[in-house]
Amino acid sequence: MFSLYLHIPFCVRKCLYCDFLSGVYSEEAKEAYVKAMLRELKQEADYYKNRTVDTVFFGGGTPTLLSKEQLTRLMDSLYRNYRLSKQAEISMEMNPGTADTEKLTCMYELGINRLSIGLQSTEDRLLRKLGRIHSYEQFEKIYKTARKIGFSNINIDVMSALPGQTTEAYERTLQTVLSLEPEHISAYSLIIEEGTYFAQHAGELELPQEEEERRMYYLTGEMLGRAGYERYEISNYAKKGYACRHNLAYWKRTDYAGFGIGAASLVDGVRWSNVRDFKQYLTGQHRKEQVEALSCEAAMEEFMFLGLRCMEGILPEQFFRQFGRKLETVYGSRIDVLKAQGLLQWCGNRLCLTARGIDVSNYVFEQFLL
Amino acid sequence: MDQSKIRNFCIVAHIDHGKSTLADRIIEKTGLLTEREMQNQVLDNMELERERGITIKAQTVRVIYKARDGEEYIFNLIDTPGHVDFNYEVSRSLAACDGAILVVDAAQGIEAQTLANVYLALDHDLDVFPVINKIDLPSAQPDFVKNEIEDVIGIEAQDAPLISAKNGIGIEEVLEQIVQKIPAPKGDPEAPLQALIFDSVYDSYKGVIIFCRIKEGRVKKGTKIRMMASGAEEEVVEVGYFGAGQFLPCEELSAGMVGYITASIKNVKDTTVGDTVTDADRPCVEALPGYKKVQSMVYCGLYPADGAKYPDLRDALEKLQLNDASLNYEPETSIALGFGFRCGFLGLLHLEIIQERLEREYNLDLVTTAPGVIYKVYKTNGEVIELTNPSNLPDPSEIDYMEEPVVSAEIMVTTEFIGSIMELCQERRGRYLGMDYIEGTRALLKYELPLNEIIYDFFDALKSRSRGYASFDYDIKGYERSELVKLDILINKEEVDALSFIVHKDSAYERGRKMCEKLKDEIPRRLFEIPIQAAVGGKVIARETVKAMRKDVLAKCYGGDIARKKKLLEKQKEGKKRMHQVGNVEIPQKAFMSVLKLDDK
Repeated sequence: MFSLYLHIPFCVRKCLYCDFLSGVYSEEAKEAYVKAMLRELKQEADYYKNRTVDTVFFGGGTPTLLSKEQLTRLMDSLYRNYRLSKQAEISMEMNPGTADTEKLTCMYELGINRLSIGLQSTEDRLLRKLGRIHSYEQFEKIYKTARKIGFSNINIDVMSALPGQTTEAYERTLQTVLSLEPEHISAYSLIIEEGTYFAQHAGELELPQEEEERRMYYLTGEMLGRAGYERYEISNYAKKGYACRHNLAYWKRTDYAGFGIGAASLVDGVRWSNVRDFKQYLTGQHRKEQVEALSCEAAMEEFMFLGLRCMEGILPEQFFRQFGRKLETVYGSRIDVLKAQGLLQWCGNRLCLTARGIDVSNYVFEQFLL
Repeated sequence: MDQSKIRNFCIVAHIDHGKSTLADRIIEKTGLLTEREMQNQVLDNMELERERGITIKAQTVRVIYKARDGEEYIFNLIDTPGHVDFNYEVSRSLAACDGAILVVDAAQGIEAQTLANVYLALDHDLDVFPVINKIDLPSAQPDFVKNEIEDVIGIEAQDAPLISAKNGIGIEEVLEQIVQKIPAPKGDPEAPLQALIFDSVYDSYKGVIIFCRIKEGRVKKGTKIRMMASGAEEEVVEVGYFGAGQFLPCEELSAGMVGYITASIKNVKDTTVGDTVTDADRPCVEALPGYKKVQSMVYCGLYPADGAKYPDLRDALEKLQLNDASLNYEPETSIALGFGFRCGFLGLLHLEIIQERLEREYNLDLVTTAPGVIYKVYKTNGEVIELTNPSNLPDPSEIDYMEEPVVSAEIMVTTEFIGSIMELCQERRGRYLGMDYIEGTRALLKYELPLNEIIYDFFDALKSRSRGYASFDYDIKGYERSELVKLDILINKEEVDALSFIVHKDSAYERGRKMCEKLKDEIPRRLFEIPIQAAVGGKVIARETVKAMRKDVLAKCYGGDIARKKKLLEKQKEGKKRMHQVGNVEIPQKAFMSVLKLDDK
């Protein structure tokens, strides 16, 4: 199992809550970036030549801001330099305001077989508050177009706990989204991240109270569950067989290589990030900032706090197979305490978060730091 | 040395009226120092002092001035600490002088500390002459201030030099007036040695360095000296005088001179300020008047945030005490905080300074408990306890009555704020003594106030309720009987000893309520609900609840940047390490200081 991530940091404008490494770039800068990424893809290819790529993910930013021609060059490079599995999942994030029939057709023809569309809300009022560049109508149009072209694996991103959002309004958003029958839904609670516009204006936002925020979260699980979606990770829901394989790679800690500024990689037990500086990236000095060869301890910590994000939880046998130590020896007493606190439970032979455990998952994860 | 050519003097002023700046100019103009050597303010040589703009330890400098009469004069400028906490040090520094320069801000006029300091100087029979500073300010009113000085203080001010210490204007005139208006010292060099200690510092090479004014007789290398109060005896290793920022050895010090003595003394406690140095082989008949043992007025517990640093804290306190005899400490244990020290200070500023020095110079992370004063507890069995730690208060059934220290306070304020300041004093259990009007626009309010009501945030409250116009000075008056109770704080039903404090019974409810409110904000939420209660004698009088943590979740964990997520978790875990565990609740460091900030709304 091996995955590739391509980071496309371009945006039409920055959403007010967003703390990802992204921004507004000129056409010249975009072209220079694509060239640098092509160079990086080629340079690194040799290192991964014995691996079969199972998933590819174009994230951002807004990857759909790439021109058809730029997209084609990037996909070409992937096919030429990497061994992509026949069943590879190739996902691309998309902003509804940045694609049309022509571009979607091109993407489809290039082999991109999964779309992840950032809708966030069906209320135009909220979309404007978030600084999104599109309306609901635009979204619906592009969604239907994508279906017509043939995309059969589509994710829709929605957000809850937005400023001024009521549970009732959120329920309507979910209903509308469900009526479109996407294969996958990512439902995130808004987090006010440091350095964002929202963080600077936190006082004026009228965010829902914690109780209401949790109500929305529970509502998501209930409604999507009833509609046949399974929650497989804290914020991710999918129809059977449509869990995002690329995302799972992160939780299951299989190897992945990231390309583009700030992109993170985990290969052969070493984590690193690419440089975050755009200009430096263009010079070709892309790797590696913050290289960390994971110690056995660090790997065990990750195994726990990433594995437990998945609703199916973790398998003690797998822990033993990976680290040669028993889960009980390393974490036995901590697990006992968390079980007694009602935050963890055994589901058959798997250890999982309880509903309350999900609510305070950071606290639970923290307990697994050695 | 010709006594008639010596001038021993100090500068007195209200804080910020420009005392240290004038001192700098005097040193500069007398030419012992080149401009390159001048640090910004030569006398305040501790880093902390310069940052806070106040003088903590008295510093002294000797300069040479060639006067208009063609003669060379020796000026010994004795710097005095500028804060009420150090009143005794001020009084000993004054006792080493023959005269004083009074600096008054041309825009601000006379303030509470101006008066307090002038009266202190006049009490020591010093000849005082005024200097009007900051005349270059647009709001300067030199003539008004001159009249004010004459009317309020009653000293001649018409020929007071009009200066700007900052811009070096009028300094020559100040130097001339020092020669003319400050009397030369008296004293018989042939009489038995009698010298006043007005300061001492510890130097790791020389041992204790005594700063003294020779009143009678002489002292030189080899003289066997005796400290009359402490009884310590040592042979003199070196005598000298004070260059700017350095010690300059000389042959001998004789009557009228100001200088230093070293005698391989290891402990500043043997050379307390105010003590008299004499010749052990030919002692003087009696010690100089005015010696008193400095009493700590404010006590608090100091604990290392990290329990393993306890020995480091002990070493640091030991070292600080070498230089500061007014600091005292003894070990104590707290259930909540572990091993630490109960420390005594001259006042709250002194406490803050020591705390900052421990943190800055010794790199210690400290937890400070609520400061308190010394209460006298009269027990039914006739025993009297001097209580410095609230935890040691005996059971109420064993207490007959208690007493608390009271101060006489003088507050100078512009008339428009009299009402709000009187209200403040009433809230703080003040007893109104009277009021004098000064120049029609200002008044001097006189109150008696319990010390424990002013050690927290009285000064801040005073400033904020008068928009910065009120100034304040106080003297310890004595002990008075008072209805006091111990307020305990229970967190998750467990009493936290380090949060207990003594309070007047009428303020207990108010304080308890505010304390609970404050702690509610400071204590991080847990998986369960945490009650916070204030109790007096086992009876709960106020309660707040820290609600159970509802949610602690990273909704998105995006892009495979796992290292960053892990850092967040680690940061969260690290934050808890720095807290103090009481039962199963973590209490952050600053919660222990929250009692200090109850009035900051």
